[in-house]
Amino acid sequence: MACVELKKINKTFGGVEVLPGVDLRIEDGEFVVFVGPSGCGKSTLLRLIAGLEDPTAGDIDIDGEVVTDLSPKERGVGMVFQSYALYPHMSVYENIAFGLKLGKAKKEKIREWVEKTAEVLQLDKLMDRKPRELSGGQRQRVAIGRAMAREPKIMLFDEPLSNLDASLRVQMRTEIAKLHDRLQSTMIYVTHDQVEAMTLADKIVVLNRGNVEQVGTPYELYETPASLFVAGFIGSPKMNLMPGKVIGSTGGATTRVAIDGLGQVTADRDTSALETGDDVTVGIRPEHFQLSLGGQDTGLEVVNVEYLGNEAYVYAALPGMDELMVVRQPVPCEVKPGQRVTLTTEPACVHLFDSQGLALGSKAERVAGDDAEQAAVRRA
Amino acid sequence: MNLKLAKKLLAKVAFLILLAAILIFTVFPFYYAILTSFESGSDLFTVEYWFSSFDLANYKSVLGEASFVTSIWNSILVASSTVVIAMAFGLTAAYALGRVKFRGRGAVLMIVLSVSMFPQVAVLSGLFEVIRAMNLYNDPLALIFSYTIFTLPFTVWILTTFMRQLPKELEEAAIVDGASPLTTLFRVFIPLMWPAMATTGLLAFIAAWNEFLFALTFTLTNSERTVPVAIALITGGSQHELPWGNLMAASVIVTVPLVVLVLIFQRRIVSGLTAGAVKG
Repeated sequence: MACVELKKINKTFGGVEVLPGVDLRIEDGEFVVFVGPSGCGKSTLLRLIAGLEDPTAGDIDIDGEVVTDLSPKERGVGMVFQSYALYPHMSVYENIAFGLKLGKAKKEKIREWVEKTAEVLQLDKLMDRKPRELSGGQRQRVAIGRAMAREPKIMLFDEPLSNLDASLRVQMRTEIAKLHDRLQSTMIYVTHDQVEAMTLADKIVVLNRGNVEQVGTPYELYETPASLFVAGFIGSPKMNLMPGKVIGSTGGATTRVAIDGLGQVTADRDTSALETGDDVTVGIRPEHFQLSLGGQDTGLEVVNVEYLGNEAYVYAALPGMDELMVVRQPVPCEVKPGQRVTLTTEPACVHLFDSQGLALGSKAERVAGDDAEQAAVRRA
Repeated sequence: MNLKLAKKLLAKVAFLILLAAILIFTVFPFYYAILTSFESGSDLFTVEYWFSSFDLANYKSVLGEASFVTSIWNSILVASSTVVIAMAFGLTAAYALGRVKFRGRGAVLMIVLSVSMFPQVAVLSGLFEVIRAMNLYNDPLALIFSYTIFTLPFTVWILTTFMRQLPKELEEAAIVDGASPLTTLFRVFIPLMWPAMATTGLLAFIAAWNEFLFALTFTLTNSERTVPVAIALITGGSQHELPWGNLMAASVIVTVPLVVLVLIFQRRIVSGLTAGAVKG
C-alpha cells in the first residue's frame, strides 16, 4: 500500500511531447482510473509509474521516496497487461510463481503465496494448465494473479478488459472491484471505456492530449464537468453541446442564455466573469430535457428515434448544427420521426462553458467552481 | 460441369507430375548412391535402377579404416561445437539487436550480413595466416573457429528476426517480475525460441558438416580431417582405380546423420508454441 505522487512529469518521444507536465497525487488504497481517448497519454503515464518508461523530466514519488530511477521491482509495482503477456511455456503455477522465484523466496513460502493468490482468484483447479489451454477470462485472472503474488504496493492495470467479450468484461469488472475491496491496495487502472471508469473508480483522472482535464469522483465528473472536453467525454449518449449567447445581465442568481433554434434557457451558474453578449457553449445532458410535442411550425424536427428496450433516444435536428440533439425518453415513447418537439430544461441542469472551454461554476456548489479553477490553473 | 471436372483433374495430374519431377531430380542422386553402395565388383559398372544385390562389403571396408572413423568423430566434434558456439553468441547478439534499442543497431546488422557476403575463397589465404598465427594449424579448433565466423551471420539474422516477433509485453512482464536481461533471455525467450533455434542450429550443423574448402586447407594429417575431406581422399589400389563402392558407402554413412537430425528436429519445429502468450 502506498501513495504515488507525480511531479511535473514530462515525456517526449522523439520530439513529440506526449505528456507536457503532469502533476498528480494518488492516495494510499485508492482506486484511480486514467481515462481518455486513444493517444491521450494515459498508457504512457501508467508505464512511467510502472518504471517501464523513463520520464524526460519530472519526478515520481512513491510513499514520499523518489523512485524515478528505480526498476519496476524496486518500486514494488505489479502490472496487468492488455494482452495478458503470460509466459506461454509455463503453467499457471509457474507463471504466478515466476516473480517470487526471482525474488529468491523459499520454496514452501512460494507455494503458500501462490496458493493463496490462486484461491482469491479461483484458479486453484487450473494450476497445471498452460496459458493456451485457458479461456480469455481465466488468462486475465492469471495475469492479475501474477501481478499480485508479490504483494506489490501498487497494482497497475493497462486496459485489462479490452480483449474480453462484453459479458465477461462486466463479470471481470465486478471481480476487480471485489479484489480492490479485499486487498485495499492502491490500484491504477487505464481504460478508454468510460463505463469501466465510472463503475470502478474512487477517483477518475480525465486526460486529453497529455493534459489532466479533471480529477474527481465519478459523481463530480458527471455532475460538474470542469471543461467542455470532460462534459463531452463522460456520459453516454454524450451531453448536448450548443453555441449560445448571454442575453440577460450577468452575475445574478440565474443567467438567461439564447440558443439559436432552441430558444432561451435559464442557467443556474456563476456568470460574474462574463458580460452580456458573450458567446458561451451550453451543455445539457440527454436525460435533463423535458420533451413535449410542438405545433406544426414550432420546435425541432425529430430525425430518428432509437428504441433500446429500457429507454429510447430521440434525435432532433437543431438548425445550423451538424450534430443532432439527443433526448433520453422513457418507454413507451410516443414520439415519431418527422414530428416536431419542443425541449425545456431546469436551470440547475444547464452547464455553461466559456470561450476557453472551461466550465462556469454552479451557484449552489462551490466545490465544482474550485475544480474548474484548478483546471484553469493547470492549463495556464 | 464435366469440363470443370476435367480441368480440375488435369491440374491435379499436372501438379503431381511436377512434384514427381522435382522429387526425382533431388532424390535420385542420393538413391543411386545408396544403390551403388550395396554393389561390388563389376556390378558397379552395370546401370541398374533397383536393388539387385545387398552386399555390405563396401561399408565394412570403409568402417574398417581407422582414419575414416576418426574423421567422423572429428566432424561430429567440429559441427557440434560450431553449433553450440554460434548459438551462444547468436542468441545473446539477437537479444541485443532484436530487443534493445541503441544507436547504430541497423549498421551492426548490415555489417554482420556483409561478413557473410565474402566468398570463402577470398578470405581463405587471410584466414590461413590468422590460423597459423594462432597456432591452430592442423587442429579441429581451426575449423570450429573458421566455421563459427561463417555461421554466425545467418544465425544472428534468423534469431534476431524471431526475437523481434516475440511480444514486447512478455519482456515487460518479466521486467516487472524483476527479471534481469539474462534471466529474461534464458527463462522467457529461449524456451519460446525452440523452433527458431532448431532451424538455425540445424542449418549451422549442416554447413559445418559439409564444409570442404577450409577443412582441406587447415588440416594436414588423417587424424585431424573431417569427413568430406576424408571421402575426397579415399583412393583405390592404383592410380587408375576409383573405389566407387567405398566412396558411395562413405557418402551414405555421412549423409544419414543429417537426415536423422532433420527428422528429429522437424518434430521440435512445432508451430504455435507461442500460442496463449497474448490475446487470441
